[in-house]
Amino acid sequence: MLSKRIVVCLDVKKGRTTKGIKFKNNIDVGDPVQMAKLYYEEGADELVFYDITASAEYRNIMIDVVERVAKQIFIPFSVGGGVRTIDDMRRVLLAGAEKVSVNTAAVLNPKIIEEGAKAFGSQCIVLGMDVKEVGASKRIPSGYEIVIHGGRTYTGIDALWWAREAVSLGAGEICLNSIDADGTQSGYELRLTKLISENVPIPVIASGGAGNPEHIYDVLTKAKADAALIASIVHYGTYSIKEIKEYLHNKGVKVRMVW
Amino acid sequence: MIAVLDYKAGNLTSVIRALDHLGYKGKITQSRKEVLEAERVIFPGVGAAKKAMEELKLLKLDEAIKEAFYEGKPILGICLGVQIILERSEEGNTECLGLIPGMTKTFPRPLYDKKGEGLKIPHMGWNSVKFIKEHPIFDGLEKGSEFYFVHSYYPMPSIEEIIVGITEYGLWFPSILAFKNLVAMQFHPEKSGRPGLKILENFCKWKP
Repeated sequence: MLSKRIVVCLDVKKGRTTKGIKFKNNIDVGDPVQMAKLYYEEGADELVFYDITASAEYRNIMIDVVERVAKQIFIPFSVGGGVRTIDDMRRVLLAGAEKVSVNTAAVLNPKIIEEGAKAFGSQCIVLGMDVKEVGASKRIPSGYEIVIHGGRTYTGIDALWWAREAVSLGAGEICLNSIDADGTQSGYELRLTKLISENVPIPVIASGGAGNPEHIYDVLTKAKADAALIASIVHYGTYSIKEIKEYLHNKGVKVRMVW
Repeated sequence: MIAVLDYKAGNLTSVIRALDHLGYKGKITQSRKEVLEAERVIFPGVGAAKKAMEELKLLKLDEAIKEAFYEGKPILGICLGVQIILERSEEGNTECLGLIPGMTKTFPRPLYDKKGEGLKIPHMGWNSVKFIKEHPIFDGLEKGSEFYFVHSYYPMPSIEEIIVGITEYGLWFPSILAFKNLVAMQFHPEKSGRPGLKILENFCKWKP
């Protein structure tokens, strides 16, 4: 049986990780490569790098980070942020990433999903969705709206409709981020996650709101997510990946326990 | 030198990087000559069987693989590489290399787990392998090791003795095959952390 995945997310700005981190280990906490290696050794099932650098001039730095990560980490990892064209995708994949994630760029130009899937295979293309609860209306029947530009722009697009559309265009996976839950550490948006997960035939990574292992348990079982994305909970050293996995394992969730 | 076959089926650099990490020199090649000169051959790949077979034939690598196999060179097939060594694939009803009798099948749809929950296809993520026969390729692997899979089709050889590892996803399917100097697996050892690297290392040392 397939294991549920624990995916660790690193935000990278100008080649450095941005979140303050309390590691006991003697590592450079700003270096995404060293952090990635540590999480790899601690049992992360997958890593996600978000390039949150606004300007394109730093994109080469990100490619260099991806290349250095790929030399040391032998689990799948994806890269998102600033991926706007097929050429951007190609560079990231050739640098060693397993998958690329598109978010704003896919909303503005849905064809990028189709072209990416055709060029590299659906398994490479992750749709990142930033979603806000707005209440059900005629325009937004699910009550969840897609927002872009890092949560600043409302699009008028229904989240469930967009998820299905992305599947038909060839997306291989969805990384579903609830803007409402993000950063709260009070639990994932279970209703949204369940809604999307039950209505698309591709894996869903739930993102936003993890504060303790129970939250992760809930989203993987009650909300049927295939994977849980975590950031602060491990960056701040509140829990280790091992502690999270042991909790899940003891509650009967199949997770990868040997690494 | 270890020849890593390039037949335009996906990104092969991750295999090279993993070999490099283990201290072995891999070379991505489309040359039949280099395949036949290599000590070992790795046959990786993601993508569709039909297109892969077309490319292999165009580059005459189909013959090179067969020659290398009959010469007794250690060969490792990964992902599409475990499917294409069989006689046929249900994917696009493609005639394949036929190094091993049998065929590549698609997962039945809909697919359910034991509790009746629907399973998504492709089978993507970490899953266990039950080793049903001994093989040097598993040396030193810890019990409970898991491996990274991404696929919608699985290999089904017609000779049971060839199946050395099986995996459960809605049904039990053969995930590792071994036949003479050939060993092939459905998962990606180069993306499967320490246990995956161990398998690659075992292959690099294997003397069939």
